[in-house]
Amino acid sequence: MNFLLTHAPILIIALPLLGAFLTPLISRVHPKVRNIFVLIILMLTGFLTILLTRDVLSNGIRVYVLGAASSTLTTPTGYIMPVRIILETDALSVLMAMISVSLAFIAALYSWKFMENRTGLDKYYTLLLLLLAGMLGMELTGDMFNLFVFLEITSISGCALVAFYTDRGESAEAAFKYMVIGTVAALFVLFAVALLYGEYNALNIGYLASRIQYSFIDKIALVLLIGAFAMKAGSVPMHMWKPDAYGEAPSSVAIMLVASSLASLYALLRVCFTLYGDVLNTVVVGWVIIILGILSIFVGVTMALVQNKFARLIGYTAVAEVGYMMLGVGVGLASIANGSIADYGLKAIQGGLFHVMNDALDLGLLFLVAGAVFYSTGKSDLNRLGGLAHNMKYTTIFFIIGLAAVSGLPPMNGFASKLMIYETAYQLNPILSIIAILASILMLAVFVKVFHSAFLGPRLKEYENVKEVPRSMLIAMGILAVFIIIFGLFPDTVINTIVEPAANALIDYQGYINKILGLGGV
Amino acid sequence: MFGTLETSAGYWNAIIFVIAFVVIALVVYILRAFGEKAYKKDSEQTKPFLSGNPEPEKENVHIRAGNLFWGFTEALKDYYTPAVKEHTGIVNDYVYWFVIVLAVLFIIIGVGT
Repeated sequence: MNFLLTHAPILIIALPLLGAFLTPLISRVHPKVRNIFVLIILMLTGFLTILLTRDVLSNGIRVYVLGAASSTLTTPTGYIMPVRIILETDALSVLMAMISVSLAFIAALYSWKFMENRTGLDKYYTLLLLLLAGMLGMELTGDMFNLFVFLEITSISGCALVAFYTDRGESAEAAFKYMVIGTVAALFVLFAVALLYGEYNALNIGYLASRIQYSFIDKIALVLLIGAFAMKAGSVPMHMWKPDAYGEAPSSVAIMLVASSLASLYALLRVCFTLYGDVLNTVVVGWVIIILGILSIFVGVTMALVQNKFARLIGYTAVAEVGYMMLGVGVGLASIANGSIADYGLKAIQGGLFHVMNDALDLGLLFLVAGAVFYSTGKSDLNRLGGLAHNMKYTTIFFIIGLAAVSGLPPMNGFASKLMIYETAYQLNPILSIIAILASILMLAVFVKVFHSAFLGPRLKEYENVKEVPRSMLIAMGILAVFIIIFGLFPDTVINTIVEPAANALIDYQGYINKILGLGGV
Repeated sequence: MFGTLETSAGYWNAIIFVIAFVVIALVVYILRAFGEKAYKKDSEQTKPFLSGNPEPEKENVHIRAGNLFWGFTEALKDYYTPAVKEHTGIVNDYVYWFVIVLAVLFIIIGVGT
């Protein structure tokens, strides 16, 4: 167990990576064996993530140096700066890793039946595991160049997965757009990394954070990083790829794309709070994030209202949901003054991070419901659906839970996190809360439209013989629904256990720096 | 108290909400029990009255998604027309927006602070 714990940071990335390349081989044995293999890999990765999470929450930040005599030897004798590839995991990293692994497990479980009749599933599962490895790498790395590499891995595997329905031209088009956006974003991240490397001769985030001057070059790098990661997270006005990709990808892939967007949001936070934590003009950058967040909320939800394709509509609400997270975190950043954060600012960050978890669950469930409807009816056009509640009772119940959660209805999880965001944003500027609350009401209207048009109404002739989806798909949706209810009923436990430590880790850039420089007792 | 979340300006307890919901639902159920009992299921009473016109087939009266919130979108036509138009679906435009955001951020962060 000690060995596993010591090497957990790298094993968490290596396991899905190794699993990805073994999957095509195991697929030769039998498809069922392959599916079980993928689930076992994901369960092992989840187990290691839980181990690491427990360790980080009780013992603080963990560093892991690859290729060194000791996994904690960040700066060998004779060196003045950290060398080698270093992973640095704090409470925020493990929170994000937990989200990514959980969604990947749900996606694989759901795919068992959902993708059963498709060909090329060896490639599908390989890409799914690669996408997870990329996300986990982004979340656990302590190195800017590795962040770029893992971002590329997520973009490439995500693009191939979006194009998985190769028989549909729209999927290929959406994948092409996803590829262009991913490549442009990665290119600008690489440019920013090159600027920082040229100036400080280093790539390690902690070391860079300790040296950064906020020079003109640093500001350019910051602009490039904020722009690129905000686009990958799906912030307005750089959000347009998101409904395209989410709407055309298989539903099991869409929930992985949700996790991938959240990984990009994590990178944005890491840049603003840690890399530039010591020198950032927090008010200006905080307000930049707030404005991007408010725009995302408003445009995302209003555009969702006029959509008639199920998954595409959820794609637009995903834009709005990212806006809520950015609003919460932006309020926290803007409230930092003279190196200390206001009480409401800390709560705002907690609200934002709690909403990251809730968004993964809520949108994940809604995408799976959209997939279930498509699986049973072969249609995703809301204008052609109706009366499905007669034949798909469990799916309808799961949709109602997802609807209530994403719209912020009490007592669901979305209400708790949104309430924290409303109250804290109000203390910075009441207009922000008013827009956020009105948008949340509109979000409810959006999903009431879906509920009415797809599930309510008389039993339509064309769907008389529609059946409920298979058990594995119901279990996948059920797991998410159970977590939504538990997180909604006991938000304080979730906040105290993992969200508060993650928020504290986010603002404690000095602790992150000290750990890498060996000042905090490595 | 168990389950109480501090939300900066106030508190939230979902358990109390659920208890209150159950209590109110019970009260509503009891009140309902005192209601009119002359209702007969599957009788003429359940049919809608459409000014004397015959009731159309149920499948034909299902309001489809495209017709919902028509009034809302019509009232906000000045917003929706350009907003929908701006979502061209052309990837070049997506990259243009990215460049515009970078330019604005550069002015705000790079030059302004």
